[in-house]
Amino acid sequence: MRIRAQVAMVLNLDKCIGCHTCSVTCKNVWTSREGMEYAWFNNVETKPGIGYPKDWENQKRWKGGWTRRRDGKIEPAIGAKWRVLSKIFANPDLPEIDDYYEPFTFDYAHLQTAPEAKATPTARPRSLITGERMEKIQWGPNWEEILGGEFSKRSRDSNFEGVQKEIYSTFENTFMMYLPRLCEHCLNPACAAACPSGAIYKREEDGIVLIDQDKCRGWRMCVSGCPYKKIYYNWSSGKSEKCTFCFPRIEAGLPTVCSETCVGRIRYLGVILYDADKIEEAASVPDEADLYEAQLKVFLDPFDPKVQAQARADGISDAWLESAKRSPVWKMAMDWKIAFPLHPEYRTLPMVWYVPPLSPIQSAAAKGDLGEIGGLPDVKSLRIPVQYLANLLTAGRTKPVELALERMLAMRGYMRAKTVDGVINDGLAERVGLTGGDIEDMYQLMAIANYEDRFVIPTAHRETGEDAYQLRGSCGFSFGDGCSGKTGFNLFDAKTPKAKTPMEVE
Amino acid sequence: MSTWLNNALYGWYPYFALTIFLLGSLLRFDHSQYTWRTGSSQLLRRKQLMWGSNLFHVGILGIFAGHFVGLLTPVAVFEALGISHTFKQLLAMTAGGIAGAACWVGIALLAHRRLFDPRIRNTSSFSDTAILLLLWVQLTLGLSTIPVSAQHLDGHEMVKFMDWAQGILTLHPGSAALIADVNPIFKLHLFLGMTIFLVFPFTRLVHVWSAPVWYLGRTGYQVVRTRRPVPRRSADAAAGSGNVGDD
Repeated sequence: MRIRAQVAMVLNLDKCIGCHTCSVTCKNVWTSREGMEYAWFNNVETKPGIGYPKDWENQKRWKGGWTRRRDGKIEPAIGAKWRVLSKIFANPDLPEIDDYYEPFTFDYAHLQTAPEAKATPTARPRSLITGERMEKIQWGPNWEEILGGEFSKRSRDSNFEGVQKEIYSTFENTFMMYLPRLCEHCLNPACAAACPSGAIYKREEDGIVLIDQDKCRGWRMCVSGCPYKKIYYNWSSGKSEKCTFCFPRIEAGLPTVCSETCVGRIRYLGVILYDADKIEEAASVPDEADLYEAQLKVFLDPFDPKVQAQARADGISDAWLESAKRSPVWKMAMDWKIAFPLHPEYRTLPMVWYVPPLSPIQSAAAKGDLGEIGGLPDVKSLRIPVQYLANLLTAGRTKPVELALERMLAMRGYMRAKTVDGVINDGLAERVGLTGGDIEDMYQLMAIANYEDRFVIPTAHRETGEDAYQLRGSCGFSFGDGCSGKTGFNLFDAKTPKAKTPMEVE
Repeated sequence: MSTWLNNALYGWYPYFALTIFLLGSLLRFDHSQYTWRTGSSQLLRRKQLMWGSNLFHVGILGIFAGHFVGLLTPVAVFEALGISHTFKQLLAMTAGGIAGAACWVGIALLAHRRLFDPRIRNTSSFSDTAILLLLWVQLTLGLSTIPVSAQHLDGHEMVKFMDWAQGILTLHPGSAALIADVNPIFKLHLFLGMTIFLVFPFTRLVHVWSAPVWYLGRTGYQVVRTRRPVPRRSADAAAGSGNVGDD
């Protein structure tokens, strides 16, 4: 047993209102730069839909994640190391910018400078890559917002596998949900495995997966390796970039920007202890549908004295162990089993988990044609097909998702009975394998969702960090031209993004 | 060509170019590693790159290997192995010709893409375009030496170049005189070749130094870094176990 800690995230999809505040605040902080206009470390998709980049969940096409070989070992789906190197001159599995979208701006200045005319002046789009006029914007970062576009295109969503999707094309039966996505900071990251330079690494202290910008050479295998397509190639700097889990904030005990600014309070951050020696075994289980359960076995109980002793021996501080005990992620993933990994079948053991959304009861059930079971609506009568959620969260296995949905329905029923009718209905809690106390805790964490309950983040220990004495007076990250570069001339062809004010005309 | 000019270009210029090549690379690696990259434009346009880049890279690696072995292996080794100069020259012309032709087609595709695709043209730096065209000219020159070489298949001209290259690398004075009377097309090819070494550290070519062959030797797949002070020995032991490889 080799214990490590990770700051993991849970997103409660039941409360996501699709406002994109997370995406916008993330963009403002991290990717509002030349070369990264198209990149969204955090984006919110409307499901069902093919998503961003297009069709990202179709691993037959993009070959992201891992495959299990016949001998039981796993290797990146793009191939073993020699296969990766053989594709290095031209990577056949790399998305093109049009698979994301061609980034654009508008000729805003024209609105101010246009001469007097009969028609109102318009700001027409312009490509941020070529600088040329775009006659028509073909695709954007959120093109399918609120089921935009035709069903025939949207329904190419891979999660419809095993679902009779034609039914959902009709207005009466349609369903939708939001899926905010960021880097999963996996326990078994396929991006790191595919990086020939060894520039992508997982941090031992907090599990954050980062790209060493100095060591990245732009071989772009990570873009293909990551099944979530959450690594972006910066066409300006020639380096890959990814979600940093806002590590400077996490180190200071602050939540990530996307979590901090989440209007719906759907995001939770907490410490998970895991056994690093069990990762390979868990990622290699034969049946994909077992991957969710296998990942649960990698997590370690922070209340177990043996785990605590070993964790201390492995260098995890008491503050982190205390945080692990109060971790909202542990409660949702392990105690209540209401949070699930996104696409565990990719075998990356992702660490950003999701609480599946409840949805309105289908009209048939509302009319009373479909019965309630023990005072709770049957989850199969919910508008979002359980199989669809299971394809998204448990590699197709519906049982765990059903239980989670039932528990959330039970929480609503229990609290309604308590606050409206003034009745404590413990039977409702027991029916879903919980106690009244559990339900109260769930309610506190998920419905009230206080800041200090949502974010239980221990600070990094500076005494084990880098020697601050050496960092004094340095200029920090500087896009390659050091602290100097006053002349604007660069010997080594660094592309320095020019600062632009909003008013500047290109 | 005057003796002075010949001596300057083929006696001194090689050392100038090699010095800048080595020191410049070292300086850039040490000082400005963020700029050390392949500069791939595949994301912006896949078209013409799949064929172009593969043909170019495979071709140029073949040519590089051929030049390296062909020029720097001592003449005595070939003689000891019983490889005649004529045979070696024919081999060089054939293998070099095939690799060169593949590379030429590849570079033509890449150059066309770089110059005429608006996405690539507008995102290229001067050095991106310049180095591509420079390589293309150099390759064309190299290919056009083949008909010249066909005039003298006994290999004596080739041996001159071997002696010159080895003389330069072993610091023999007077090496420039060895190639004073060769066909101008060879001289132009040599000059441009040295110039490519000269500009190498200032272009995307530096990624050649970072060819990730070490990837094949990585134990396991994952890379984990720690900020804990780890004693060197235990870090190495952990790296051996397959999961930790700090730095």
